[in-house]
Amino acid sequence: MSAQIPAVRSTEQLREKWMKPEVITGSEILLRSLVLEGVECVFGYPGGAVLYIYDALYGFNDFHHLLTRHEQGAIHAADGYARASGKVGVCIATSGPGATNTVTGIATAFMDSVPLVVITGNVVSSLIGTDAFQEADITGITMPITKHSYLVRSVEELPRVIHEAFHIANTGRKGPVLIDIPKDVSANKTLFQPVQSIDLRGYNPKVVPNHHQLEKVAAAIKEAERPVILAGGGVVYSGGHEELLEFVTRTEIPITTTLLGLGAFPSGNPLWMGMPGMHGTYTANQAIQKSDLLINIGARFDDRVTGRLDGFAPHAKVVHIDIDPAEIGKNVNTEIPVVGDVKTVLELLNPLVSRSDKADAWRGQISQWLADKPYKYKDSDTELKPQWVIELLNDTTKGEAIITTDVGQHQMWTAQYYKFNHPRSWITSGGLGTMGFGFPSAIGAQMARPDRLVISINGDGGMQMCAQELAICAIHNIPVKVVVINNQVLGMVRQWQELIYENRYSYIDLAGSPDFVKLAEAYGVKGLRATNKEEAKQVWQEAMDTPGPVLVEFVVSKEENVYPMVTQGSTIDQMLMGDCE
Amino acid sequence: MTTTMTSHTIAVLVNDQPGVLQRVSGLFGRRGFNIESITVGQSEEEGLSRMVIVTQGDDKTLEQIEKQLYKLIDVIKVVNLSSKPMVARELALIKVKSEPAERPEIMGVVETFRAAVVDIGTNSMIVQVVGDTEKIDAMIELLHPYGIRELSRTGVTAMIRGNA
Ligand SMILES: Cc1ncc(C[n+]2csc(CCOP(=O)(O)OP(=O)(O)O)c2C)c(N)n1
Repeated sequence: MSAQIPAVRSTEQLREKWMKPEVITGSEILLRSLVLEGVECVFGYPGGAVLYIYDALYGFNDFHHLLTRHEQGAIHAADGYARASGKVGVCIATSGPGATNTVTGIATAFMDSVPLVVITGNVVSSLIGTDAFQEADITGITMPITKHSYLVRSVEELPRVIHEAFHIANTGRKGPVLIDIPKDVSANKTLFQPVQSIDLRGYNPKVVPNHHQLEKVAAAIKEAERPVILAGGGVVYSGGHEELLEFVTRTEIPITTTLLGLGAFPSGNPLWMGMPGMHGTYTANQAIQKSDLLINIGARFDDRVTGRLDGFAPHAKVVHIDIDPAEIGKNVNTEIPVVGDVKTVLELLNPLVSRSDKADAWRGQISQWLADKPYKYKDSDTELKPQWVIELLNDTTKGEAIITTDVGQHQMWTAQYYKFNHPRSWITSGGLGTMGFGFPSAIGAQMARPDRLVISINGDGGMQMCAQELAICAIHNIPVKVVVINNQVLGMVRQWQELIYENRYSYIDLAGSPDFVKLAEAYGVKGLRATNKEEAKQVWQEAMDTPGPVLVEFVVSKEENVYPMVTQGSTIDQMLMGDCE
Repeated sequence: MTTTMTSHTIAVLVNDQPGVLQRVSGLFGRRGFNIESITVGQSEEEGLSRMVIVTQGDDKTLEQIEKQLYKLIDVIKVVNLSSKPMVARELALIKVKSEPAERPEIMGVVETFRAAVVDIGTNSMIVQVVGDTEKIDAMIELLHPYGIRELSRTGVTAMIRGNA
């Protein structure tokens, strides 16, 4: 199950080779600096403004470079790489159209706090501002969607800029950093000496929390009768999942994990209530609404989680643990703010907390809800139900695969029916909801984790937004299993039109989609199709037994909706239960 | 926490980098914070500029503004000046119509306000006034009847009083 791309040498070996001070071009400085930052894989696409960089890449074997078929593919792949590995994802694009093609991916990473370093070329410095050929003000365009950005003025500052960019991307609240390099900067030479230290006066993320606040949290836990933990992506990003498990084990407080928090806590644990919010479980939403203590650990109270804000968790004292102080109090008033890195906070908090009997009746109530109101759908023997397909994938992989999804109904069904047990096993565009993300992000994830089974689950709509990257899987034999849940419509849009726009199905019919099996084959990837349960089991087994990349199309019913659902403007306990009733 | 909208004056010490004004003003625009005035100039330290921003909002908004500003890598320090005793000054140049016969009257207004006439033309003059925003508003109101041809205000710059 391993990618056929040769291993790169370790950074330790390469350090010695590349640490020697030498007069070299900006392009060579870039490549060496990337190696020294521990980069193993870069996703990119060449063009005029980055030709010096691509010239330096010719024959350069100290990290991989994958040529995607679209810059959007490259940036989502870099994102998937980062989410699967915890390292910084790197993407290279040329000026103008190359750079603007990365914008959706930068915004996607920004919303989900994913560390990326995006390198764009620009026209030569003397032409900047003249509307030169393929010029775009990419630092200006991306300012609201990057954590920080640099327009490099001279080759001398390049080593410092790259070093700072990696530091900023992967510390504090993580995020994408853009480095825009004019063509002359990549061509000019200077004495390269690797930068050893960082001096950023305005940037000091607070990792260690205030001890007094932790004591307040411990006291609140002792007093609470209906405590709930809401854990988010911050747990995964800080690497604090073990500390979280210990926290829950000590306190026996019921826990719900947000969409991005899936995998941060083992789904088999009896205290896990599933996901909250718009398509969350009855239990998680009821528990939040009735709680008297809500402990938010590394989640940002997104509106998909809170529903109508003025009716959210009306009885709860709110504790909010976050590395980003600006998140605290942004959406929900917080009684006990704790600023710090989740892992560090929990390490320090755990010795102070214990199980409280006061919450016993509450624990009973939660188990009752869990038993009474699980996710449910009406199965069929004549047609394939998408939920059944996800259950099939879950059963055959025992929740051990890395799953990436695109955006839509299939994404929510995967979140609901696949049982995650490990962090960094679930890769999805939560904040921006970017269609086209699912498949290329799986390529990045597979590059980061050649040892793991990577499955990408897509709708028939979103699959057509980055399908061209099948070429990469074929050429490099990247063994991603690409699943297309084909319901012949833009399913999630159809669902809203049915439930909120009175069945007025405006432009959701995907007639004219390609034959996905033939599409895969056209790229040299094995394609399989299933239209009923027997076929589904069979082709899925075949896909699993095939060493290389495979695309599997599951033709499912069109009318299926995702339930439960909280419609916009409702509080999260006002749920349409649909088939879950 | 109150939810009344009040005017706040904040000083932001920033790295003197290209684009830093765009980052700060972009942040206000994108997050729906209001800017009444914004001024930028050198600070006491080389390489750092000080921006003074006057904004409207309730306490919760002000807290978010400060926190969001701190997220910008080029922002070194944010001080809420209006929470402390401060000196706030603005400068305005007002070109007012003035036929020779009206001049003495206008000069009278200018003197009471301790403003200055910095240019005289055949039928207009330029008045320069420095002071807090209310003083400048009042000055403008008084000059209005004569006919204001051109008006240019700098926006507020400010500092905390005393040794702080
Ligand atoms: C780039 C982009 N464009 C539009 C949307 C709006 N949108 C959200 S879900 C959805 C439908 C997705 O359909 P499909 O890929 O077939 O997946 P399904 O919902 O059927 O599982 C659309 C159009 C989006 N999220 N991203």
